Amino acid sequence: MKITLNGNPKELSSVATVTELLTTLQLAPDTVVVELNTLIIQPDSYEDTKLSEDDQVEIIRFVGGG
Amino acid sequence: MLTIAGTEFSSRLFLGTGKFSSSTVMAEAINASACQMVTVALRRVDLENPEDDIMNALSQREYTFLPNTSGARNADEAIRLARLARAASGSSWLKLEVTPDPRTLLPDPVETLRATEALVKEGFIVLPYMNADPILALKLQDAGAAAVMPLGSPIGTNQGILTDFQIEIIIEQARVPVVVDAGIGAPSHAAYAMELGADAVLVNTAISVAGDPVAMAAAFAKAVEAGRTAFEAGMGQRSKQASASSPESGKLSSDLGFLS
Repeated sequence: MKITLNGNPKELSSVATVTELLTTLQLAPDTVVVELNTLIIQPDSYEDTKLSEDDQVEIIRFVGGG
Repeated sequence: MLTIAGTEFSSRLFLGTGKFSSSTVMAEAINASACQMVTVALRRVDLENPEDDIMNALSQREYTFLPNTSGARNADEAIRLARLARAASGSSWLKLEVTPDPRTLLPDPVETLRATEALVKEGFIVLPYMNADPILALKLQDAGAAAVMPLGSPIGTNQGILTDFQIEIIIEQARVPVVVDAGIGAPSHAAYAMELGADAVLVNTAISVAGDPVAMAAAFAKAVEAGRTAFEAGMGQRSKQASASSPESGKLSSDLGFLS
């Protein structure tokens, strides 16, 4: 399955949900926000949110800024 | 005591968290400044090189986090970032920044007003970064902004308060707190903004790129306090006519006659 992740194409095998995606990327779920096709996914839905072909996924976090 | 949207702040210095050499230096500088409000930005996670979570470094003390919408070029992008910020922080505080021109990073007044109206309706506590325009400040507070943040000079320029004439009018007219943001390059600039009657200042670059950011943060804290105390004490009027500080009466008259 191919998705667009943070603006770049990404080929995923054996990743079906947002939880699995974060695990694969080794990102702690409570340090990021996930947007799927421009809609914010609430953390309690990560487990149930399935990814599909051509999904646009953005993974965002806080960084230093003024 | 400064109150914004019902939250009290004993420190009138807000700190930005950008451009520090490390999270440790940032945390120490924030401690030295005694500030209670810090700004943060939102960015895509660099998946090749995921950095440490900044919130870890900031978890030692309680702050009000003020996520910004930096990077937004129009109201729609700012609104999207605002919603992401609220999802990430769990709070509705927002520094609204709409800066279409990367060269000047000057705020777009029309898009900023449009985004303020929309975000206030969504329940955000909106503190818009704005040009030092007194009319715009009134429109933003009418739209429900919790404070206004006029610039002293463009972001990161360290040029100080080039907009003092307009900032004085904004302060005179404001019903919401006025936080002078951007361009403050030295403690004296911060003190000056406070002497003009600003309710607070937001400083980032001047502290984060200083030779010793921790010492600079402490210097800014003193300057902000001095400026505020001076404002509350009531400063004398400026005048072009000299006025002797020493008494006019009882001057010696004979051999020191020139004193009379």
